[in-house]
Amino acid sequence: MRGHGGDEVEAYIARPTEDTARGGVVVVHHMPGFDRATKEIVRRFAELGYDALCPNLHWREAPGAAPDDAAAAVRARGGVPDERLIGDVAGAVAYLRSLPTSNGKVGVIGYCSGGRQAVLAGCNLDVDAVVDCYGAFVVGTPPEGMPMRVTNLVDQLPNLRAPVLGLFGNDDSHPSPEQVTELGEILIANGTPHEFHRYDDAGHAFFAVDRPSYRVAAANDGWERIAAFYERHLGG
Amino acid sequence: MCTYATVKTAIDGSAKGPDGRWFHITDGTVYFDHPVHAMAEHTLNIDFGDPAKGPAARVAVELTAASAQGLLAAIQAALESAPAELTA
Repeated sequence: MRGHGGDEVEAYIARPTEDTARGGVVVVHHMPGFDRATKEIVRRFAELGYDALCPNLHWREAPGAAPDDAAAAVRARGGVPDERLIGDVAGAVAYLRSLPTSNGKVGVIGYCSGGRQAVLAGCNLDVDAVVDCYGAFVVGTPPEGMPMRVTNLVDQLPNLRAPVLGLFGNDDSHPSPEQVTELGEILIANGTPHEFHRYDDAGHAFFAVDRPSYRVAAANDGWERIAAFYERHLGG
Repeated sequence: MCTYATVKTAIDGSAKGPDGRWFHITDGTVYFDHPVHAMAEHTLNIDFGDPAKGPAARVAVELTAASAQGLLAAIQAALESAPAELTA
């Protein structure tokens, strides 16, 4: 697909086999990269009935590299620049809308650092629904003096018009429960439609089936919330 | 949590990496975040590499916080046990 600046970027796509009109979902992968677990998530959205696409945000620094090596290289260079992320998601949204099966509606979902990036995309692009899975530093103060260039999104949140689904673990510290509350209050003040679900006995990355952080109850409920939210906003 | 916290340090040494080959390393990247392989939610991760040789020129370790502290003490002890003129 074509991403920021017209660059050709690797992406992973999964689509239902039927010809019926349907929405699209852009999956923003987590900081560990364009890995197998992320591709399983993409396929799950196809199983749910959507055309799903995940751009490899680390492609430029490490084309063809193993996902963990690519993630390490990008991290050492300061992470994925916000401007480039917006351009890559814009390219993915355009690609999905160009498919003959598209009903014109496209949602964005991201996990971990991708949760923040999904919100970032929602603040800057014409999308129909945003899902933030425990994205850190949507609000709050990122560490200073580090190579990673991350800022919070507080000044951009007034531009977020698409409805937001937020899924968070109460044992997480980035974002902390207080930061989740703060984000909810900002969205209320801005008039941004949203629903948050917050899970006990779950911390960060509770959707990650290949990690000790996986929490089956929270993940199962979260998937049901995502399916219902996208059916409401991407269906028809 | 994603800490994002990343500390870099210049390195002059060698590491045994992909394909069992030794290579010169120039960069160390240290961060406390999710591991790729270790069965812990967070680990102290160190990447030894040479960016000029590409992303795969990397030796990575993921250590629990306790074992990272132990390693820190062991490195310190090993350096202190050597004659000062050799480690200056």
